[in-house]
Amino acid sequence: MLYREAGQFKTSYAADQQLFPIRQDRIGLIVLLAIAFLGVPLLASEYWFSAILIPFLIFALAALGLNILTGYAGQLSLGSAAFMAVGAYAAYNFQLRVEGIPILVSFICAGLTAAGVGILFGLPSLRIKGFYLAVATLAAQFFIVWCLTKFPWLSNNSSSGVISTQKLMLFGHELNTPVEKYLLVLSIVVFMALGAKNMVRSTTGRAWMAVRDMDVAASVIGIRLMPTKLLAFAVSSFYCGVAGALYAFCYLGSVEPDGFSLEMSFKILFMIIIGGVGSIMGSFLGAAFILLLPIFLDIALPFFAGLFGLPFSSATVSHIQILVFGALIMFFLIVEPHGLARLWQIAKEKLRLWPFPH
Amino acid sequence: MSKKIGDVILDLQNISLRFGGVKALTDISFNVREHEIRAIIGPNGAGKSSMLNVINGVYHPQEGKIFWHGNERKKMEPHMAAQQNIARTFQNIALFKGMTVLDNIMTGRITKMKSNFIEHALWFGRARKEELEHRQKVEEVIDFLEIQHIRKTPVGRLPYGLQKRVELARALAAEPSMLLLDEPMAGMNVEEKQDMCRFILDVNDQFGTTIVLIEHDMGVVMDISDRVVVLDYGKKIGDGVPDEVKNNEDVIKAYLGAGH
Repeated sequence: MLYREAGQFKTSYAADQQLFPIRQDRIGLIVLLAIAFLGVPLLASEYWFSAILIPFLIFALAALGLNILTGYAGQLSLGSAAFMAVGAYAAYNFQLRVEGIPILVSFICAGLTAAGVGILFGLPSLRIKGFYLAVATLAAQFFIVWCLTKFPWLSNNSSSGVISTQKLMLFGHELNTPVEKYLLVLSIVVFMALGAKNMVRSTTGRAWMAVRDMDVAASVIGIRLMPTKLLAFAVSSFYCGVAGALYAFCYLGSVEPDGFSLEMSFKILFMIIIGGVGSIMGSFLGAAFILLLPIFLDIALPFFAGLFGLPFSSATVSHIQILVFGALIMFFLIVEPHGLARLWQIAKEKLRLWPFPH
Repeated sequence: MSKKIGDVILDLQNISLRFGGVKALTDISFNVREHEIRAIIGPNGAGKSSMLNVINGVYHPQEGKIFWHGNERKKMEPHMAAQQNIARTFQNIALFKGMTVLDNIMTGRITKMKSNFIEHALWFGRARKEELEHRQKVEEVIDFLEIQHIRKTPVGRLPYGLQKRVELARALAAEPSMLLLDEPMAGMNVEEKQDMCRFILDVNDQFGTTIVLIEHDMGVVMDISDRVVVLDYGKKIGDGVPDEVKNNEDVIKAYLGAGH
């Protein structure tokens, strides 16, 4: 009975086109943001910030970037981790080489650098589609990691390309506690998620989806395929690039090229498959699921093993994790290709009619 | 109904189109006048859809000239046809399946939108204003085609007849001066066909849109079109008002066989 749109009449197109047309959704979002900005900093422990919340937000941002490219524009990419690496190294170099550049500006520059690289590796998408494009983006994955190891200038001549990020100075104040870093990451992620949501509900997003669903019809309508696809690559890589910069500066503090491996690209891809391809919220759900599941299994499995008196080792836990991931991905691909976001949507539609089935 | 048919706006001269060794169109010439309903008919594989694809730039003929409003058209890309106000629907429905009816029709207005992606991301100024203005126009099309009840439904969930109507709506949203319809009534029942005929005539009548139409239902074609061109094996075998075409020997032969 709580989730009803009855009685909420829209009298203008502006009211009908707002971000969250249903009042309960708006209230829900405001509550969620209030908890994230005010509640969590008061309650969560340091472990939660640095091991769970910050990586969750960063990976959600990267998944959002990939979702724009793969979910909305329909261009499969396996290079997300590489674009994150570009962002991380670019932000480091801007901090290092440009005197007095504010950290936020260098994050933006990092995003733009990644966007440029993204456009470059997006060029094959003009001729090839699907799996073949995925292979082309795979080239980005290996080439960029190789570049970062090969050219010492990029990592300021450190051995094997490891970089330690500079201090996080924001408006003359150094951010060194996990809470402050969390709030910085959260603000950036919220702002960028809002931007993504706005893009996908306007002409830009409709052009992407049109290219995804039926490219011949899209071009006949007047959509120019080349700029549309390249814009998707640019925006997607920008998001991944900023995520990479945050990953280096706010999460790990020191990164190496090999850290941005193919495995990480796959992890981000799994996030959007499980969370929901073509859904902003799905990127968050997927990131939460992929990051929290191992932690949950770590706690739950030894407990159940103890309950039944079975022998148990930490190796078993990691084996079971791999099993569970594989099974879940197959499950989602077969049963619900639109992921958790679609399940959530179905639940909302049911709730709207509840308790009457029709 | 007194309709004013204007001058020739599209003139195709000696068009030939080949795919490797296959001759899809051979030396075809015909023209389209402003405000008229021009039908292209012919047996399967006659080259009708190829003809439409030539008109809106998906295929590039090897020979022949195309004049649009008196100017010779250079080699063009499909999106340029949209900029010249030519819209079309497809034989096999080509809607964007993942989007709602409203979004599909909004996409039809894409060439008229000026704001860029940064304005969209910030939902600022021009982007917001354009979205509202174009929504207004789109709602007029929705009213016109009587699809108000499904505007928020994803098109993949709609029945075939309605999908055809949404596709027409998307084409109309561009406010085209010329509308190319590739078998708008294929696979419809009698009632749906009547609706579609009514919409086509209304579009032509109210907006003065020139319509080029491919259709297999001879009753419909003969009733609603002003002039008909008949293709067979990529060649033009007849051209003229419906009555003329009906009595043309070659056309009867192509449709009914040589025995008649």
